[in-house]
Amino acid sequence: MNVIYVDNNATTMVAPEVLDEMLPYFNEFYGNPSSMHTFGGNVGRKIREAREKVAIILGAAPEEIVFTSCGTESDSTAIRAAVLSNPDKKHIITTRVEHPAVKNLCEYFSKNGFRVTFVPVDRKGRLDIDYLYENLTDDTAIVSIMWANNESGTIFPIEELSKTVKEREIVFHTDAVQTIGKIPIDVSKTGVDMLSLSGHKLHGPKGIGVLYIRKGTKFSPFIIGGHQEGGRRGGTENVASIIGIGKAFELAKEHLVKENTRVKNLRDKLETEILKRIPNTIINGDPENRLPNTTNISFEYVEGESILLMMDEFGICASSGSACTSGSLEPSHVLRAMGVPFTAAHGSIRFSLSIYNTEEEIDFIIEKLPPIIERLREMSPFWDESKMTG
Amino acid sequence: MWEYSEKVKDHFLNPRNVGVIDDADGIGEVGSLACGDALKLTFKLGENRRIKDAKFQTFGCASAIASSSALTEIIKGLSLREAEKITNEDIVKYLGDLPKEKMHCSVLGRDALEQAIANYRGETEKKVEGEIVCECFGVTDLEIERAIKENNLSTIEDVTDYVKAGGGCGNCHERIQEIIDSMHGKEPRAKRKSERLTNIKKIKLIEETLDREIKPALKKDGGDIELIDVDGNIVLVKLRGTCATCSASQVTLKNYVETKLRELVTSELVVEEVQ
Repeated sequence: MNVIYVDNNATTMVAPEVLDEMLPYFNEFYGNPSSMHTFGGNVGRKIREAREKVAIILGAAPEEIVFTSCGTESDSTAIRAAVLSNPDKKHIITTRVEHPAVKNLCEYFSKNGFRVTFVPVDRKGRLDIDYLYENLTDDTAIVSIMWANNESGTIFPIEELSKTVKEREIVFHTDAVQTIGKIPIDVSKTGVDMLSLSGHKLHGPKGIGVLYIRKGTKFSPFIIGGHQEGGRRGGTENVASIIGIGKAFELAKEHLVKENTRVKNLRDKLETEILKRIPNTIINGDPENRLPNTTNISFEYVEGESILLMMDEFGICASSGSACTSGSLEPSHVLRAMGVPFTAAHGSIRFSLSIYNTEEEIDFIIEKLPPIIERLREMSPFWDESKMTG
Repeated sequence: MWEYSEKVKDHFLNPRNVGVIDDADGIGEVGSLACGDALKLTFKLGENRRIKDAKFQTFGCASAIASSSALTEIIKGLSLREAEKITNEDIVKYLGDLPKEKMHCSVLGRDALEQAIANYRGETEKKVEGEIVCECFGVTDLEIERAIKENNLSTIEDVTDYVKAGGGCGNCHERIQEIIDSMHGKEPRAKRKSERLTNIKKIKLIEETLDREIKPALKKDGGDIELIDVDGNIVLVKLRGTCATCSASQVTLKNYVETKLRELVTSELVVEEVQ
């Protein structure tokens, strides 16, 4: 069976060009970049090149780039660094819709002597900016706000927010894991002090992340060890993956236009056709300000896991914010924060596309999905009721 | 990705008996949209008052749909007597197995069946009994106790898997732990049920407790006890051996014998010595 992969906010295929670049660094050029010999030194040079490629896509300087093991490590490092280097400040601001990498860490801090403000969002997932500004205090150690939401695709105005927060001399961190390569990012035009990235969301390998740290930002390493990464992250470099993420980001810069034209058009087609063909469907997110590859659609009166498993029978891979898919019993915290009613939250499906999706694939989904929803609705006791009450 | 058995997949992809019986004899509706799963069960009785037909409508995940489908297949042909003995475990067995986290789907099936039978018998809709422990999912202490007892659960996680309690904000975890402890420890909550003891059962239980628990302990100190009569909740005994002459015998009687009997038989008991 063909796999139709529209779950690219979960993870992506490693681009063939990326894999080609990586492979020789497992058993051919396996030297340690820190070694004195040429064999190792050559590897060190490749890492420098990768660092430059990452710096370019961010508008940063190479020395502002630190490689980590994943987006979560980057987030944890950033928030802990801000807290540790501002020991007199006991307040953190974040949002109610962060990825667990930030959300759960902030909840941990809130149980360990910190006051944490979780900024709410509206029905479209847009941030309550006034609430954020009103809560900035001299006690605030860090403001951590994702650039774009992984579930709804809603983009936050990070340029504006970071500048305002900066004026108060408060550290600003953003999780840009979903954003990179999808919309242009230039840290030099923002007030962002630290920014997290991950390789596997953009056709790079899993197990590699990036933390951008603006020059002059007070820092304290999370993993203390050797001199690697300028003493900011100990541990022998994940050489092949660093080279892989460098290549992936180089490609991403080239593909940025494609993401915002071809991929966006496919996403729009999928969304429009689904809305047209299936009644009682709702778009979750802000259509005005949204990642070009993401659509989050609620099918009322049916449950997400059932939709996913029926699509799975056709090889279609997507995600759901329903309770059952996560093993937890409540629907996604993002949809709940957005106030998506229960009739819709349990039946939400996220489609996230990539440059590798084709129009044929989108047409296939458009053809297969309506009968699936209809079938599940026929089985649902609430569908009857909803028809009766009009 | 859940590891569903082939039977679960089959009953999800090809559910049996979907729909509503218009002139149903019994209707059971449990769950809600907010909770993430809901089941409407209808059945029709045929000859000999056996279940001739059963249909379901379910909002929920694959295992909820499969559990509902399995339930309708299981109960067809059963008398109501037989049907009311169906447990969530029967549904799980029928399906081969369910992932641990999905056990609540089988409980949902059992609950719908109970309600449908009650509905047929004209019993007014069951009131919420007991006190709500889990506010997020509206689960009472009695429901939790039942799940613990029937499925031999021992952790909060287990309880969440079976009846959802504790799966939301987590504020009730302490209370759930207390319930688990009390069920597995001395089961003080069992007392409530023993209020319905008939006289003969009560007397038997008192005799057993005396023989098994109390006499051996007294005999260690050379004492003994004899049951003379049971008058309502008053247990009349006579102390023998060293107990009969012991100055602390009244303490033994109240602090040990009465406590033990209250714990293991019923909390209403009063122990008195026949002179």
